[in-house]
Amino acid sequence: MSYKTNNSMSLASPDSKSLSTKQKISVGVGMLGLFILILAYFNIDFPNRALFLTASLVLMTIGTVLFANDAYLTKHEGIKNDGVWFKSITSRGLWAWVTGIALTLFYIVLYFKAAWFGLGEDGKANTGLVALFDPLSYLLNGGPASQWFVYGTLYTVAILIFGYKFILKYRHNKYERLRTFSVMFFQLAFAFLIPEFMARLNSDSFKLPYYDLKNIWPLNYYNFEKYRVDEFISAGDIGIALLLFGVLSIFVITPILTYKYGKRWYCSWVCGCGGLAETAGDPFRHLSDKSMFAWRVERWVVHSVVVFVTLMTTAVIYSYLGTDSSKYWLTKDVFLIGVTILLTVVFLWAIIFKREQLAKDAKLGAIGYFVIIITLIGMHFFSDTKHVFWFDATSLKKTYGFLIGAVFSGVIGVGFYPIFGSRVWCRFGCPMAAILGFQQRLFSRFRITTNGGQCISCGNCSTYCEMGIDVRAYAQKGENIVRSSCVGCGICSAVCPRGVLKLENDTMKGRINSNDILLGNDVDLMDLVNQK
Amino acid sequence: MEHIAIIGNGISGVTAARHIRKLSDKKITIISAETEHFFSRTALMYIYMGHMKYEHTKPYEDWFWKKNRIDLKFGFVNSIDTEAQVLKFYDGSEMLYDKLILATGSKSNKFGWPGEDLNGVLGLYSKQDLDLLERLAPNKEVCKRAVIVGGGLIGVELAEMLHTRNIPVTLLVRESNFWGNVLPNGDAQLINNHLKNHHIDLRLSRNLKEIVSDENGNVKSVIIEETGEEIPCNVVGLTPGVSPNIDIVKQSNIETDKGILVNRYLETNVQNVYAIGDCAQQREAIGNRKPVEAVWYTGRMMGEVVAQTICGNKMAYKPGHWFNSAKFFDIEYQTYGWVFSKPKEGNAHFHWKHEDGTKCITIEFEVATNRFLGVNTFGIRMKHEVFDRWLTEEKSMDYVIEHLKEANFDPEFYKSFERDITIEYSKQFKKLSV
Repeated sequence: MSYKTNNSMSLASPDSKSLSTKQKISVGVGMLGLFILILAYFNIDFPNRALFLTASLVLMTIGTVLFANDAYLTKHEGIKNDGVWFKSITSRGLWAWVTGIALTLFYIVLYFKAAWFGLGEDGKANTGLVALFDPLSYLLNGGPASQWFVYGTLYTVAILIFGYKFILKYRHNKYERLRTFSVMFFQLAFAFLIPEFMARLNSDSFKLPYYDLKNIWPLNYYNFEKYRVDEFISAGDIGIALLLFGVLSIFVITPILTYKYGKRWYCSWVCGCGGLAETAGDPFRHLSDKSMFAWRVERWVVHSVVVFVTLMTTAVIYSYLGTDSSKYWLTKDVFLIGVTILLTVVFLWAIIFKREQLAKDAKLGAIGYFVIIITLIGMHFFSDTKHVFWFDATSLKKTYGFLIGAVFSGVIGVGFYPIFGSRVWCRFGCPMAAILGFQQRLFSRFRITTNGGQCISCGNCSTYCEMGIDVRAYAQKGENIVRSSCVGCGICSAVCPRGVLKLENDTMKGRINSNDILLGNDVDLMDLVNQK
Repeated sequence: MEHIAIIGNGISGVTAARHIRKLSDKKITIISAETEHFFSRTALMYIYMGHMKYEHTKPYEDWFWKKNRIDLKFGFVNSIDTEAQVLKFYDGSEMLYDKLILATGSKSNKFGWPGEDLNGVLGLYSKQDLDLLERLAPNKEVCKRAVIVGGGLIGVELAEMLHTRNIPVTLLVRESNFWGNVLPNGDAQLINNHLKNHHIDLRLSRNLKEIVSDENGNVKSVIIEETGEEIPCNVVGLTPGVSPNIDIVKQSNIETDKGILVNRYLETNVQNVYAIGDCAQQREAIGNRKPVEAVWYTGRMMGEVVAQTICGNKMAYKPGHWFNSAKFFDIEYQTYGWVFSKPKEGNAHFHWKHEDGTKCITIEFEVATNRFLGVNTFGIRMKHEVFDRWLTEEKSMDYVIEHLKEANFDPEFYKSFERDITIEYSKQFKKLSV
């Protein structure tokens, strides 16, 4: 046994990776910034909130930047995973648990007890932490801050400063640099600034719903709720255009981009959840579970979420549609029939043209499909205007919002970064990732190719795969990696010491290959075994 | 049911077992005294460096073996009775076999240096070596300096490992360049410089004279042959290559030389006994390959081939074109075909080097015919499949330079250097290029 790896719980272990003096100072500076937030949380009323908020954010930024500079710029360009499994914070040691619990508590308060952050309820002014963010909120959208504004700001700052750190860490790798610039840009512009500016346009006569344009259904499962659709429609052409964009983005834009580039165009280049996972979550990527068991759980859970969100959204839309086709063409029945036809077409296409690739998963797909269809038929016969079956459509939505939107994506998804890795939500919970993954698996030019017989089965690729894909299992067989969960972060390729892996977009032909014998043997044996 | 016993659970033995299982229903037992389960030896360094834990180096989960009905026996074989076809274990137990595959791997070379068995001296090959290193060199306080003897692939790995724990390293290299008996001058100098940039105390053209003991039998220092200089150190890594691990085989009537002698079908002189991987020695070398090849993929290929033979599809071991790869700190290295440290007679080298000192290529080709023979590439990833095809098709050097882009395997958006390389080629070989 190696003694080193058992030290992870020890903070004072003499030979665990220690921080340099500069790094300690940097941590101190960052902590000072965080301390201002904590003081604000405990209702310390700062005299000049704008100044203190600025100080807090700037100190955290400086701390992270100095830390990253010392950690990476003092070393030669290359892979920087030394001691990852020795450090308490990155090997499920004490600091990992402390961080994980702190993040989890933060999320619980954020989602369920925002008043504790000082959110002014019933028109009262904000206090505490939320009040600290009021000046920035007024500057951007003209109104007071909410807990979501606080969260959005901190989230964006985290992606920016840890994005900087990530760029330094992988500064030899242009793919990683570009990808990180991209997530930083989309978070700052699309998720943070544009929606705030859009809110400024609102007046008494004109109101657009808060819309992060890069959030696509089913990730923004609430996009087609009645109040939003009403607001879109009442906002005239702009609103209709946005609503149309929301529909097109899932049915047209997404499939085209995923076909051309794989789901990475979204999951590791655009998405906010992915953005945080790739930047702040990067030090925890190796903690994902690679076992076959975890893969089985992943497929059941994530596809169940897809079924759930599809039914929930259908039910919600169904509940507010009318029955009289003379008033508006889209009635309850037309809608249900439309959904049924769409799902049937997708299902038949997959079964007829892709059954070989689906293999064992075909059965699972069929089960999912029939659950949905039977439920839709049931919806038609057993529902009245308010209820879908005996559930209230709104409560169905609330349940989804609570279980999936809050608990899964926030509390477990981010709170448990230091324990389960950075992509728990993306892997097990995100219905958007599942739909893109379905398409990536069956109809995309993207794959990770392997380099002949060069693989030495070392396992760096599998270890550092944040999605828990056992990359090595494919690489050592010379097989292309075509997995629905792959977000195309490119780290497997980066950490490979023998130059075996490459992310590529190429033709569909020969994309899924399977070799029993690898290149290197004479041609006879390879032909005999591989082409039977 | 026929019982196939395999001694050694490295890549060779495990590959043989997997392919026998694919092709047949025979009873299979893999025997090892090193670890209970197969792990990737090439990844040992990453455990010490903290990139991975031991469990990550196992390519198959522990349930894999039972599911595929491959029995694992953790035990040490003491002797092989090829008459009775029985293996005798250290603990006195016995095991009958119908066919025996020897995949016992290598052990680190020692050349009879004074002090080579002192406490603090080690090679780097087995899991036990790694555990020993962890005890001897947990940090720079316990191990104030390490001296590594042997400038090859394992030596540089050991240097990189110790470097991650801030332990100062002196590397003694017999040749005038790092890995100078394999790498051409330009390539070797790139690595020399890279090692120095990582603060490795690289001593070229230096041999070990003796390892000095302190009063407790621990390493105190080493003395250099050429200068007589004494370098104080706590750990000495002996990494001048490996040789077949065949002590138990030598006592049997299985014929050995450096390794276990096998014909092209990987059969030994004794019926029903085969040898594969590092421990096997070809009676006649194959092409430019050495009779004993301690390389990951040749072990794997021999495992694939011997499985065919054992399952009734008798097949000769015919490795294709030579290739290999390694990583020297931050510089990746791949090679396809043959590039020798000095061009063979009638051949020439084309060398291109990037100004940043982390990328270069060297290509060996036949001058008279312009035929491409092999490439070394540092810091630029290239495609195995493409070079393998070009070698088979005996493409010309001009063709290879012209189509080098097809062979590029660097990640997307990487800067490519084909243009620079082409310009450099026409500069160096104006007369040769058509």
